[in-house]
Amino acid sequence: MRKPLLVTLPLLAMAALLTGCGSDIVTFDSKGQIGIEQRDLIILSFALMLLVVIPAIFMTFWFGWKYRESNQEAEYRPNWSHSTKIEVVVWGVPCIIIAILAWVTYVTCHSLDPFKKIESDKPALEVQVIAQPYKWTFIYPEEGIATVNEVYMPVNRPVTFSITSDFSMNAFHIPQLGGMIYAMAGMRSQLNLIANEAGVFNGLSANYAGHGFSRMRFKAHAVSDEEYSAWVRQVKASAGKTLDPATYESLREYALQGVAEAHAADHHESLESAPVQYFPAVAPDLFKYVLDKYMAANHGDHAEHAKAEHAAHEANNAAAHAAAGGH
Amino acid sequence: MDMLLGKLSWAAIPTDPIVLVTMAAMALGGIAVFGALTYFKLWGYLWKEWFTTIDHKKIGIMYVIVSMIMLLRGFADAIMMRLQLALAAGGGEGYLHPQHYDQIFTAHGVIMIFFVAMGLVVALMNIVVPLQIGARDVAFPMLNNVSFWLFVAGAGFVMISLVLGEFAATGWLAYPPLSGIEFSPGVGVDYYIWALQISGLGTLLTGVNFFVTIMKMRAPGMTLMKMPIFTWTALCTAILIIAVFPVLTGTLAMLTADRYLGMHFFTNEAGGSPMLYINLIWTWGHPEVYILVLPAFGVFSEVVATFSRKPLFGYKSMVYATVSITVLSFLVWLHHFFTMGAGPSVNAFFGIMTMVIAIPTGVKIFSWLFTMYKGRIRFTVPMLWTMGFLVTFTIGGMTGVLLAVPPADFVVHNSLFLIAHFHNVIIGGVVFGMFAGLTYWFPKMFGFTLNETWGRRSFWFWLTGFYFAFMPLYVLGFMGMTRRLNTYNNPAWDPYLNVAFFGAVLIALGILCTLIQIAVSIRDRKQNADVTGDPWDGRTLEWATSSPAPYYNFAHTPHVHEIDAFWEDKQAGRAYRKPAGYAPIHMPKNRVEGIVLAFFISAFGFAMVWHIWWLAAGGLLASIATFIALTFNTDVDYHIQPDEVEKVENERYAQLENAKGRG
Amino acid sequence: MSELTHQQHDHAHGHEHHHDDTEITVFGFWTYLMSDLILFTSLFIAFAVLHPHVADGPSAKDLFGETLDYVLIETFLLLISSFTFGLAMLASYKQKKQQVIGWLIVTFLFGAGFVGMEINEFSHLVHEGYGPDRSAFLSSFFSLVGTHGLHVSSGLIWMTLLIVQISKFGLTTNVTRRLACLSLFWHFLDIVWILVFSVVYLLGVSS
Repeated sequence: MRKPLLVTLPLLAMAALLTGCGSDIVTFDSKGQIGIEQRDLIILSFALMLLVVIPAIFMTFWFGWKYRESNQEAEYRPNWSHSTKIEVVVWGVPCIIIAILAWVTYVTCHSLDPFKKIESDKPALEVQVIAQPYKWTFIYPEEGIATVNEVYMPVNRPVTFSITSDFSMNAFHIPQLGGMIYAMAGMRSQLNLIANEAGVFNGLSANYAGHGFSRMRFKAHAVSDEEYSAWVRQVKASAGKTLDPATYESLREYALQGVAEAHAADHHESLESAPVQYFPAVAPDLFKYVLDKYMAANHGDHAEHAKAEHAAHEANNAAAHAAAGGH
Repeated sequence: MDMLLGKLSWAAIPTDPIVLVTMAAMALGGIAVFGALTYFKLWGYLWKEWFTTIDHKKIGIMYVIVSMIMLLRGFADAIMMRLQLALAAGGGEGYLHPQHYDQIFTAHGVIMIFFVAMGLVVALMNIVVPLQIGARDVAFPMLNNVSFWLFVAGAGFVMISLVLGEFAATGWLAYPPLSGIEFSPGVGVDYYIWALQISGLGTLLTGVNFFVTIMKMRAPGMTLMKMPIFTWTALCTAILIIAVFPVLTGTLAMLTADRYLGMHFFTNEAGGSPMLYINLIWTWGHPEVYILVLPAFGVFSEVVATFSRKPLFGYKSMVYATVSITVLSFLVWLHHFFTMGAGPSVNAFFGIMTMVIAIPTGVKIFSWLFTMYKGRIRFTVPMLWTMGFLVTFTIGGMTGVLLAVPPADFVVHNSLFLIAHFHNVIIGGVVFGMFAGLTYWFPKMFGFTLNETWGRRSFWFWLTGFYFAFMPLYVLGFMGMTRRLNTYNNPAWDPYLNVAFFGAVLIALGILCTLIQIAVSIRDRKQNADVTGDPWDGRTLEWATSSPAPYYNFAHTPHVHEIDAFWEDKQAGRAYRKPAGYAPIHMPKNRVEGIVLAFFISAFGFAMVWHIWWLAAGGLLASIATFIALTFNTDVDYHIQPDEVEKVENERYAQLENAKGRG
Repeated sequence: MSELTHQQHDHAHGHEHHHDDTEITVFGFWTYLMSDLILFTSLFIAFAVLHPHVADGPSAKDLFGETLDYVLIETFLLLISSFTFGLAMLASYKQKKQQVIGWLIVTFLFGAGFVGMEINEFSHLVHEGYGPDRSAFLSSFFSLVGTHGLHVSSGLIWMTLLIVQISKFGLTTNVTRRLACLSLFWHFLDIVWILVFSVVYLLGVSS
């Protein structure tokens, strides 16, 4: 090939950039056991694949160069189009590689199942996660507190995230700690993660859920046990409200798609993630309340939901009145 | 809500400045084209020779033209997206507000898959398959015309949504509940639904048409194992279309029922299951990508053999590989949503099945390589695209196998790594394949070859542009950047997104080179005339005809003895022999019902989008009436008399003599 | 092979061409029917997944537990219509134009009876507040059974048109070809109904 440089140039540039910013490539700089195992899996699969890919790419360039028309010295076999030996190799070698990878797949599907509890002498911390338009609400049932867009977790302690959505499908994802799982209305999915180093990690929604989707960013803080307890105390002492169904519903933002609809609703798009909020107390079974909004076989909770929405509406009206009156 | 106009009102006309500029450009362009056609009095010619044609060769050319126009729109969407991300660093707004941006990435996906890739695949099947199998046309020429106009109608819906109302803002597969009536109450998702339902019907009919054509209308002596490989891939694609497009139809119909009739297939409440939609849509969606890539593989098989001056290595193996890919493609759909939580055993099954597809695909790559081995390779433009494909698709396949390992996928699902992977295989595979095929068969379509220099330039811009645009995206995926973001505030991502934008600019230059190539080639068509009909020293039957082929394709149905029938004829000195005489040839007449049917169906679809019920009922009834009238039409065919055939054939032999004298 | 033989061969092919037309068209129509079967399959899948999702509405047992007799009559109407269509086809092979038309009319009446009963069942359910918008189960029920009913209705329209064409053109090649296709269609709808009857009504009631 005459100009292989034009192809290798961007690839070299990529390699350079890659080595330069190692810590930003969070998948390869994972701070949690799950993420580390997933990273190793990626590297292993990649290496196995290279066994086939490198010869294929090499042969492309080599054959192209050697058997070009102007090279009259190369052997030309105009009727040769079959070789059992080659067939055996090109069918067989990939079969072997895929067989190895298949076995690895089977094993790791089970060992890295998001629903699988992480083995540890410490009990798992339970955090309930609700995807709302366009923010994440986190409930700590043991501590009896809740937050918007902020997660704290003690280092080296497994965390079991129980996840649902209160609108479209989302995906709960903290890339530097491990993989994701979908958040779906009426369903409870689970993600087990652990942070093995202290740090602040980016969290996001990884499934497009509407116009405010890009704003669904949050921070996950992995801290020492003392700092974690201090944070819990801080939330409990904060001046926030109790997170009951009415307050919860008041957090909900405009969620319709469509320019015309947004115009009609006089909706102005914000680009900032929703500010962090603290709730020093949580209604028991709030997570169940959200789940039950969508469960097929419920009866009474329809009324509860309607009540909560109504209460939220009243609260908003009262606040608007107060604001108007105050000025 | 108006009885006369449904939801339609003046408010439907967008006021966004970018859209207004686009509308103005479209209007000007439209006026220019319509004006020129009227000035040069071409409407009658277009109607008689092109719009009502049932000739597969002309229908194929029309598919190419529409697909290339849609490529411009789809690519405009792409470069707008890249520009937005390049500008929206630091949590900035960029220049597109989210509700607009979200329509752009949705439209980009829909247009590229349905109206560029599908259009080009169907175009090549139309142009090539009947010629390759020695047939005069497809099995159902009238239906072929209907399929084309339904395709145009679907594309039309996507274009109209730009100036009237808006398009879906849900992603190209419109997952509910976001695409349901609760979260997307506007007309956007309805435009999406009807565009896909209408063009989808056309595609299904094409699938049936080509399946029957290949199974029933091959020249005598051409057994299945003597067919050209491109025809094999067309056959497998047709089978895939027949098997899975009805799933798309059914699933979109269920979504329509939810939106229009308040049903609960996919709603969050009353027992609906969005997970059901995802399973069904990917049951269609995965085979769809094989519908796109198999014909591209077919093109590469033909190109590699022709330009290496050697038969394709391992023909039987290639057939088995193609068929196994076809069968396996039905067994992998869940790999598009490993993260939906199906559990380790289910995930493992689908992950392993996905990896298994890599085996026959790898066999194909090595077969192409061994076709080059000990050949005499001419690096024409189609061969360059092939070389680019061999490297690029291999990388894309590799990242695909990586994604097939569920726990690895958990980390990069829906990230830019995924985006990079599928663009890698679709651009490296399908787009490169379509460009190779179009360049390769261009002389057969139009009678002259394309300009090589501008073809090379286009190739190099596309190739380097692709790597600059998408390699950074692999890294961004590993850096935790998810897809469909319209803003971000991680400064580490900036340089990669800027490089990606630069890559998109290079691709734009590649497209520009193609446009210039077409203009220059038309200008130089006399110098580059293909007088023999066999400009590449080809191997398969289409090269035995003149360029362009006569409207009846073959004066006498050829008799086939081996694979690469035409090559064998040339080697044995049997090619180009003048027959003793000619027989009458039975041909179908041009038909007006196709375009009329598509027109009424479009009226129906448009009315459904805007809830104009009287027009919807009228459009539907008129469509049915047109179809019924079609069946009462008995004036549908004629015979070409032997003297007319002789005249055309003699011109051809005269040309061949001339070429021999010159050559 | 000499050129002259080529010519004769082609003439022979020319004659075959018209027979091939019917064979090709029927093969194509059968292929289309297979795609239609896939369409029904997607509706069956939806039904299988959604039938337990009754929300606050009735289940299959609630709806059909008492009324299986009704469905049995519907089934017999359709099966008999298939039989009478077969008689029409036999008459067409014997070129007996009037008999064909006669049996087609009988088939039409049985088919129309089936559709009438189904419309009645649907409107009854809607009146009671058990319409397709009540729950996912009802959505999938109405859609699956309704799609079959729409297909049968289309078949009835097609049948009417064919009766007209037979009267107008006689049993020409074109008309016979279309009869063959409609025959395939009609029997296909019968088979789908057996599946619907078994999966929706019988299984639904027994679960």
